Amino acid sequence: MNSSSKLVLYNFSHSSCSWRVRFALKLKGLDYEYKAVNLVKGEQFSREFEQLNPLHYVPVLVDGDVVVSDSLAILLYLEEKYPQRALLPDDHQRKALNLQVASIVCSSIQPLHMVTLAKRIEEKVGPEEGILWALSIIEKGFYALEKLLKDFATRFATGEELYMADMFLAPEIDTVAKRFNIDMLVYGLESCDRDRSAYPILSRVYEAYKTVPEFLAASPEAQPDAVFFTPPA
Amino acid sequence: MAESGESKLKLYSYWRSSCSQRVRIALNLKGLDYEYIPVNLLKGEQKNPDFLKLNPLGYVPALVDGEIVIADSFAILMYLEEKYPQHPLLPSDLQKKALNHQASNVVCSNIQPLQNLAVLNFIKEKVGPDEVIPWVQSHINKGFAALEKLLKDCAGKYATGDEVSMADLFIEPQILGAIKRFNIDMNIRFNENILSSLFYRGCMKHIVSCQHSRMLCQKISQMPHLHLSLAEPVHPEDQIFPSENINIKNNQ
Repeated sequence: MNSSSKLVLYNFSHSSCSWRVRFALKLKGLDYEYKAVNLVKGEQFSREFEQLNPLHYVPVLVDGDVVVSDSLAILLYLEEKYPQRALLPDDHQRKALNLQVASIVCSSIQPLHMVTLAKRIEEKVGPEEGILWALSIIEKGFYALEKLLKDFATRFATGEELYMADMFLAPEIDTVAKRFNIDMLVYGLESCDRDRSAYPILSRVYEAYKTVPEFLAASPEAQPDAVFFTPPA
Repeated sequence: MAESGESKLKLYSYWRSSCSQRVRIALNLKGLDYEYIPVNLLKGEQKNPDFLKLNPLGYVPALVDGEIVIADSFAILMYLEEKYPQHPLLPSDLQKKALNHQASNVVCSNIQPLQNLAVLNFIKEKVGPDEVIPWVQSHINKGFAALEKLLKDCAGKYATGDEVSMADLFIEPQILGAIKRFNIDMNIRFNENILSSLFYRGCMKHIVSCQHSRMLCQKISQMPHLHLSLAEPVHPEDQIFPSENINIKNNQ
């Protein structure tokens, strides 16, 4: 356990990218100082934050003299600097699988359903189109993940232990389910047969995540700045 | 050199896919032999049952190394970096390594996904064909502006210093695509603009010549000089530069 709080995490309670890093920090047993950056109030554009990350994104990790932005870059940094409770398996195939899942979520799914992009589509195409767009992205991405994980998922996405893939999947599934009011167990089906979810693997691992204390402790509602945020209608 | 005598590596690739370009550059830089298997995305060859059996996602690029199959350019590059450590793509310093990951992610999360075929078709159908180029240009310009800020204090001969590293493998294909497909003018603010100056000072051109000629570039690190005029493009349509001689120094 890291006894000094030298790690500082600039993040926002309801940012799924921030959640990924919080989850990893808690799994690795790393103490950190929580610095809230309220994205709704535009605090990412403050002079102080701009010094840390000129791209105005959260999360940003400060570890002494080292400043790392971007959740994937941060997780890979943590994995190398603090190897306890490894987030990447040793074998090449499963390691690559974990990086592939991370990449699919953070390149093909999450950036394409961000609120800012959905709003832009609404402006260009029409109201409701933003949501339809986001749902189509999620459906496409989740079907791809189901195929990818078919031969590997057991309790969690790539096996019996939590790994990097879960750091990305857990916040993504939860955020999407809540924002779009999707019942992960039945979405996509006309029947309400809960054993026949459109996303059987993602549904199953989501239920497993909800039993993990570190996942819950890292969730948006458990963060100190959560009280200042009202999710969009 | 860790490569074996047989071409055990196979790369499923589409010539114009920037994600595939990233991997081709890495393989060439590391001096790795590979069998090139084209998958024409416009003709829907990614839906071929044999390809899907190997790679259920139908994505390119996909790398096959014996029993291992990986489909995603970032995951492939990290695999290559670990399995074939010659000509490392990542610096050992953790801050610089993180910067490479961050710059790579600006391209593969903030720019490239907004210009993939599915997105462009959506914009074309829902908004109109004339909106496609402006849509892509706005995302590219925003992403390039972000990269300029990110690389401000560390760019040298290449994006993050004086050696080619992972960030360059993401940035170069993105710049090429921006110019060729989406009419981005890299000449603007040449002297102040890192990406433009990287491109026009020829720093990227030896990487480009690599990707256009596998035969010439298979063992690029052993070649003391490489003249661009000798590089045969893989596709005649893909002649990017007017012929000129570029001297490439031996990488080793």
